[in-house]
Amino acid sequence: MLWWEVLVQQTINGLTRGAVFALIALGYTMVYGIIELINFAHGDVFMLGLFISLSWFALLGVTKTLVGWQLVTILPLVFALTMLTTAALNVAIDRMAYRPLRRSTRLAPLITAIGVSFMLENVALLWKGPAPIAYPDVFPSVDILREWFGVDSAIFITTKDLLVVGATIPLMVGLNYFVTRTRWGKAMRATAQDRETAQAMGIDVERTILLTFFVGGALAGAAGLIQGMYYNIGMWWMGYQAGLRAFTAAVLGGIGNMPGAALGGLFIGFLSAWSDQYISARWTNALVFAILILVLVFRPQGLMGERSADKV
Amino acid sequence: MRPSRIAAVTVALLSFVIGFSSADAQQCPKGKLRVYTSWPMQGAMIPEGTGMKNGVDLAVSEVGGVVAGYCLEVVNLDDASPQTGKWDGAVEAENANKAVGDPLAIVYIGTYNSGAAKVSIPINNRAHMAQITPANTYPGLTKKRGAAPGEPEIYRPGGFVNYFRPVPADDIQGAVGAKWAKRLGAKKVYILNDQELYGKGIADVFEVMAKKLGLPVVANEGIDWKQPDQKPVLTKIRASGADMVYMGGVIETGAQVVIRQMKEVGLVAPRVRFVGPDGLLEEELLKGATCDAALATEMRVTFAGLPFEKMRGVGAKTYETYKSKFGKEPTAYALYAVEAGRVAIDGIRRAASAIEKAKDVTEKREAVRKAIASTKNFDGINGKWNFDENGDVDYDTMSGFKVVKADGPIGCKFQFETILE
Repeated sequence: MLWWEVLVQQTINGLTRGAVFALIALGYTMVYGIIELINFAHGDVFMLGLFISLSWFALLGVTKTLVGWQLVTILPLVFALTMLTTAALNVAIDRMAYRPLRRSTRLAPLITAIGVSFMLENVALLWKGPAPIAYPDVFPSVDILREWFGVDSAIFITTKDLLVVGATIPLMVGLNYFVTRTRWGKAMRATAQDRETAQAMGIDVERTILLTFFVGGALAGAAGLIQGMYYNIGMWWMGYQAGLRAFTAAVLGGIGNMPGAALGGLFIGFLSAWSDQYISARWTNALVFAILILVLVFRPQGLMGERSADKV
Repeated sequence: MRPSRIAAVTVALLSFVIGFSSADAQQCPKGKLRVYTSWPMQGAMIPEGTGMKNGVDLAVSEVGGVVAGYCLEVVNLDDASPQTGKWDGAVEAENANKAVGDPLAIVYIGTYNSGAAKVSIPINNRAHMAQITPANTYPGLTKKRGAAPGEPEIYRPGGFVNYFRPVPADDIQGAVGAKWAKRLGAKKVYILNDQELYGKGIADVFEVMAKKLGLPVVANEGIDWKQPDQKPVLTKIRASGADMVYMGGVIETGAQVVIRQMKEVGLVAPRVRFVGPDGLLEEELLKGATCDAALATEMRVTFAGLPFEKMRGVGAKTYETYKSKFGKEPTAYALYAVEAGRVAIDGIRRAASAIEKAKDVTEKREAVRKAIASTKNFDGINGKWNFDENGDVDYDTMSGFKVVKADGPIGCKFQFETILE
């Protein structure tokens, strides 16, 4: 491989890796933006999303690679079902664990979130057992350059890479539209800015919070499904790791800022892929967190953040 | 001590008395000696535990239960906790103390779990009692290579070696793997490890041996196995031009992901092949869709020792004897238990005159410990071997397995390919 081929390939790797981080990071940042809670259970909702999507595939009788029309019928259906399930789960978590603590100190829901995270992990452990779960090859993997274009290149781009990008971009664009253009999105932004005033203006704050958890959970479910189809493996403890990376992405972009979270996720994806290539895989985590520390020291509001000064 | 355990020991002792009454009928002019064994005998471990018990019984029956005028008694102890059914450090300590406290106890055979051995080795060491394992493979029990800081000295409070292992330790796999890679015609190897004790230890040994053989090693890279995406590292391997990937790890630490994604980034045979240690020799690894990738990368793994049906000489004979005596195939470590029993008997035989002269039980045990430590040219099931200064065997006979297509739901399996020495 030539040097530029390596760079292009690693950038593609970083893009697919970062896209999943970005989807999870959005859920973190939305919840933080609205109730100032770092929802540590979010990564585990993502993990359960992977397992839940597996069950939906099983319920629909899908065990082999989807072909032709199935890709445009069954796949969107599983996306919708998985996202609805995890959205409902996330709302249930808020209702049961966080809502009773809405008026208590900030530390109480934070610790509760850690507790919920442990609970979800153990649910997955009981449900699926400790061994890694093989996720069936439901999405076809085609080597695009060779098989579609007949180009013999050292660079590999598969249909799975397209799936990740092709599924995350519409989700992010849709989310952006929802938040900036719809009435509900406006209510969310207003609540995030000033909860009391929003309430005084007639916004149903509790319903807005519920909506935020709903959307965040749906995104985590989509990320779980995408990750399952892309990497074909699931572990009960993977939510913690993914959550940590996504949380870092959210902080890096400026917690509470949605485009920031998406960019932060992509940034960490690129950075870790390049670090694996040009430094060493064992230093990648150290590098990612070193950059996080530098950003927090010199730009505490994050790369894109503006509002966090009065939030912390 | 709980009553259930007293009952278990009593039953074990009774079964011994019944089983070896023929030995009692013979003359024991010099009296009795006891060999203690300790490993789990509950739950899922019942088949393996029974297999190892059979192994030791086989070794004792070969000499008619008498060594140099001493009648041998085998006392089988269980080191599993009745609550969990798994090995338990407290129970293992109790077993070792029981053996040490018995003036007739001369050798301790066990354990099955390396973690349990960490508990009993020092107890036996203080009593100068030789301990022989039929199954522990964790390197740190005997040597620095692949060990945690302070090992193995922490297991030797007396400053001498009392723990012997007629089984090749895990790190040998790395050395044999490197030789195999060379034999397979690899030109340039890329080593990955999971940064854990087992995987990193093996990968480091592989690296040293490969360099000694003149096989270029691009890197020995620790991966973050909790990350389900190893594509960047694998892309780097592709860019490096390596034609073989060796991974020190077990199936839980990312090997599955590495093999699957090797195929996705184009690291496939004949350009690149995959070799790993026996931590990957698990049917579980091939489940899911890993089969395609394992076939595409011509996945191969090393395995300590030989499969029973490939054994030669003493090994082949032992295998046949075991099958005819017990009417079934030996379990994974049953024949190693035979070997452990034979090593103990051989040591007692060579120490016989010293035992007679010994003033107390500690001196008797010390005589046997010394005799076992000096075991040389022993005709074992995998060939002739010696104990080295750490109490490890010095043979490195292993076997190589390759993933091949197979019928059945998984679609492939590990098949014996070659003997590696």
